[in-house]
Amino acid sequence: MLDLLQFGDSGWGDEILRGAGMTLVVAVLAYGIGLVLGSLSAAATLAGGLLLRGAAAVYTTVVRGVPALLVIWLLFFGGGSAATWAAGLFGFSGRVDLSPFVIGVLAVGLVSGAYAAEVIRGAVQAVPAGQLEAARALGMQRGLILRRILVPLALRYALPGLSNVWQMTLKDTSLIMVTGLAELMRVSFVASGSTRQPFLFYIAAAVIFMLLTTGSELLFHRAERRAARGVRRAGA
Amino acid sequence: MSAPVTPAAQPAIVVEDLHKRFGDLEVLKGVSLTAREREVVALIGSSGSGKSTLLRCINLLEVPDSGRVWIEGEELRLTTDRSGRARPADRRQVDRIRRRCGMVFQSFNLWTHRSVLENVIEAPVHVLGQPRDEAVARAERLLAKVGLDQKKDAYPAQLSGGQQQRAAIARMLAMEPQVMLFDEPTSALDPELVGEVLRVMRDLADEGATMLIVTHEMAFAREVSDKVVFLHQGRIEEEGPPEQVFGNPSSERCRQFLAREGRL
Ligand SMILES: Nc1ncnc2c1ncn2[C@@H]1O[C@H](COP(=O)(O)OP(=O)(O)O)[C@@H](O)[C@H]1O
Ligand SMILES: [Mg+2]
Repeated sequence: MLDLLQFGDSGWGDEILRGAGMTLVVAVLAYGIGLVLGSLSAAATLAGGLLLRGAAAVYTTVVRGVPALLVIWLLFFGGGSAATWAAGLFGFSGRVDLSPFVIGVLAVGLVSGAYAAEVIRGAVQAVPAGQLEAARALGMQRGLILRRILVPLALRYALPGLSNVWQMTLKDTSLIMVTGLAELMRVSFVASGSTRQPFLFYIAAAVIFMLLTTGSELLFHRAERRAARGVRRAGA
Repeated sequence: MSAPVTPAAQPAIVVEDLHKRFGDLEVLKGVSLTAREREVVALIGSSGSGKSTLLRCINLLEVPDSGRVWIEGEELRLTTDRSGRARPADRRQVDRIRRRCGMVFQSFNLWTHRSVLENVIEAPVHVLGQPRDEAVARAERLLAKVGLDQKKDAYPAQLSGGQQQRAAIARMLAMEPQVMLFDEPTSALDPELVGEVLRVMRDLADEGATMLIVTHEMAFAREVSDKVVFLHQGRIEEEGPPEQVFGNPSSERCRQFLAREGRL
């Protein structure tokens, strides 16, 4: 039975591995989009005018308030039309179609960003005001303070939360199987259907997900230790 | 006593009719003050009288509602935005003024994610564009001067309060400021650590630094300052040489304040 997991024509090993690769690529891209959206949204909340603050509030409230699967369906059925309309604004005519890959990355990225926004906002607010005041009093410009003082200090408070968001993002990629994209979950689903060995393939998928999540958790732990430099008396 | 102030000394800090309110609370009600070059001015007064706010208006950590401020002859340019609130007219001028105007905080505010040395070289390297090795060499000299050469690789959390404050002073000195603002630099320290910080400040005064010091250390103010200013509820109530303010204040409020501080 395990020969079903072999590589080559007879087994599903190579398909599964490629599916796992696709899962990882979608997750990394979505997480990246999420970090950008989350940072922008947190910046809007903390320093924006009424309009920006409102937009950020609507984004985080709506996206966190509906199931991730629903976000994917909405993009799946509405994303192409929205992209066509947006392209029209820039003078392009004709229909724009979004591939399942693009839809998957965008949808999971949107969800990821809504949660990242809350984590980042809280972390920025946790940075003691005196740390930034000292920088301003030395004549450091805003961009410099952001880059050299605020972000490294906020990262300290944000990393545990961002690690959670990453785990969630990684697992949310499984939902985009509904678009037909050949990521890990979709491949397992197809393989178990055609071989009638669902447990074998779902357990294989579970093991791969576990490897990805625990592996990345180790990386986050190392990053957290690095960011916490100088926090504890003995730890530096 | 600090280095003698020659009669020809230029004003380093001039504050004229400064007003500042936070909401309904008027904190500064028309304060005027001059500190000449190489002069040490001690600013005293009870808690809440507006001392910190006055200091913070000078380097624009707070924007005064009205009044004028000159640093080494350069006037801070203020304007009002559409809603009528005061704001700096030129951000670049603000940054420039702050580089020339060092500040030491009651709570040190060393960056906790940076070692002592990294704290000291940060602004010289990234604001002034000094080459890193030059900045490091200068930082090491300054840390030796404040007695912290052994601690340059330590993180702030590994230092005592007194050591942190001396490191913060070194960080300020690394910018070679023309005037120095101290906001209760020893108030957060355990009593046995106060002396080491005051010693560093006394050295700076002896070298002829221009200093505006908010302090509750009356003995230190009396000994080191050229001029003492007593602030009460946002107004200057008494101003003069230390012998006069401490020895024979004309304001009853100043008299009461000094009695409470145990100096009369
Ligand atoms: N950012 C601020 N917002 C509102 N009120 C403030 C602010 N800063 C200071 N105050 C108030 O202004 C008054 C003077 O404060 P401060 O200048 O810190 O006094 P001091 O340094 O003499 O103790 C206090 O009543 C304080 O609560
Ligand atoms: Mg104060």
